[in-house]
Amino acid sequence: MTPVVPPVVEVGDLVVRYGTATALDRVSLTVGAGELVALVGPNGAGKSSLVNAIMGIVRPASGRVRVSGRVALVPEGRQMFGDLSVDDNLRLGAWRRRGRPGARDTSRVYEVLPELTRVRHQRAGTLSGGQQQMVAFGRALMAEPDVVVVDELSLGLAPMVTAGLAEHLRSLNAGRGLAVLLIEQNARLALDLCGRGYVLEAGRIRAQGSADELARSAEVAAAYLGGPATTAEPGGSGPEGTGPDGTKRGAAKGGGTGPGGAVSGREARP
Amino acid sequence: MSDFLQYLISGLAVGCGFALLASGLVTIHRVTRVVNFAQGMFAVVAGLTAGSLLSAGLPHGLAEVAAVAVAGAAGLLVGLIATGRRGTSAQSALIVTLGLGFVAYAVEIMIWGDNPRSHPGLGGSVQFAGAFVQKQSFLVIGVTAVVFAALWLFFNRSYPGKALSACASNPYAARAVGIDVTRMGLVAFALGGMLGGTAGVLLTPMLPISYNSDVLLITNGFAAAVLGGLNRPGPALAGALVLGVAEAMVAGYYEAAYQTVVALALMLAIMIWQSSRRTALQEETAR
Repeated sequence: MTPVVPPVVEVGDLVVRYGTATALDRVSLTVGAGELVALVGPNGAGKSSLVNAIMGIVRPASGRVRVSGRVALVPEGRQMFGDLSVDDNLRLGAWRRRGRPGARDTSRVYEVLPELTRVRHQRAGTLSGGQQQMVAFGRALMAEPDVVVVDELSLGLAPMVTAGLAEHLRSLNAGRGLAVLLIEQNARLALDLCGRGYVLEAGRIRAQGSADELARSAEVAAAYLGGPATTAEPGGSGPEGTGPDGTKRGAAKGGGTGPGGAVSGREARP
Repeated sequence: MSDFLQYLISGLAVGCGFALLASGLVTIHRVTRVVNFAQGMFAVVAGLTAGSLLSAGLPHGLAEVAAVAVAGAAGLLVGLIATGRRGTSAQSALIVTLGLGFVAYAVEIMIWGDNPRSHPGLGGSVQFAGAFVQKQSFLVIGVTAVVFAALWLFFNRSYPGKALSACASNPYAARAVGIDVTRMGLVAFALGGMLGGTAGVLLTPMLPISYNSDVLLITNGFAAAVLGGLNRPGPALAGALVLGVAEAMVAGYYEAAYQTVVALALMLAIMIWQSSRRTALQEETAR
């Protein structure tokens, strides 16, 4: 299933190897402008390798990664600059835009994440996990991205905190048309939040489709949602409907429009 | 009393030189995790270059600044060779810096020969509370104070300084926000070279140097830097001052030949203390 909007991230036949070990084997996926897309998979599936390839941190052995516009990362485990203040962490998020007027103005992040205002001068390493995840969000927003890659939103966080952060993501997506690639082990969270998704296992895309289709798939439900097999096979086009827990799920934000024109496109090839 | 004061001030001045050298080690280690064993070479190169430039007729000030710039270039070169290749481990880079230090011996002997050299600094001495103290000692102390203040401002107030600190704090996150960590490592090496070079041009009028003076300098610089775990310039400065004064006292009241023994003993004691402290912390964390 492909998005009906122009892709901001396009990964095609991507192969990533570390020595003789193949971490990603001909992986293809797209994220359309303003879309919320989930990538679920177990530990060792290759999720982090995919993140690193999209961010240009690892070089693919073959295939392509094409990013139209700016991409920012909310990394797994928050990855704070622990000795620096919250303010400094946020400012460094604008490193790619340094030199532009107002690039380091953090006030726009405090408007979106007002919870951070009172800890702005505190060392980031001393914050709680939820606060650090917010700083990681804010730091990504400082890049004024067209798409944000969120690596393990829920890792190590209480369900209440995760729900609050998911709400922030949803409102950023709805309000700013920010495209999101949400990479999660918690498939229920990811499929509830996103309109479309992929399942990555052992370095390969095993299933893809709308969040509903994936949630209803016997394989996905059994492996990731802890529930019994239900109906459809993933990969086809099914109707929007209810989630595996019975909650009404939102449609893919594929029809949204991305912010501004692409300002820093990137294409990586081996 | 006047002897004591004289040893104290000259010891502080030499300690400041060690502190500059140590701050270069700390800067490089903070950003790249590499212990740069070529750090003493930067001081030697700058000290000898300043002497040559002064002999060639360059005025004071300009010659020293040019020598520091040469040391910065040497730092950049060492950084490029040791860490320029993506994926080089800090351990491999350490061995490379050690090797480059030895290669530098050959180059220095070819250019300057193997005899100790000195160059005139701030000549004369002043009487201070009954003690005669070289004016150069006050210059070294003053310049070190200015350099450390500038370093503090750079790392704590400037955006590039914060980016360097970010690389030290979390290289993965630094890459994720678009900071070129390898390039920042090279900046740290160049900065480390300039700091080592500053130590060299300031100390050479007080302590004549030759190609192998780097051993004495790196021993003292490393001893000071380990006090701050190779990551904190403040404790490194304190350690260097203690070291400089202790050595001056040993040389003044006892025997100059035991100066290096003092540095080595202090370094060993600190490393043993730190490793036992770390082990205790690890055991505590494991509980």
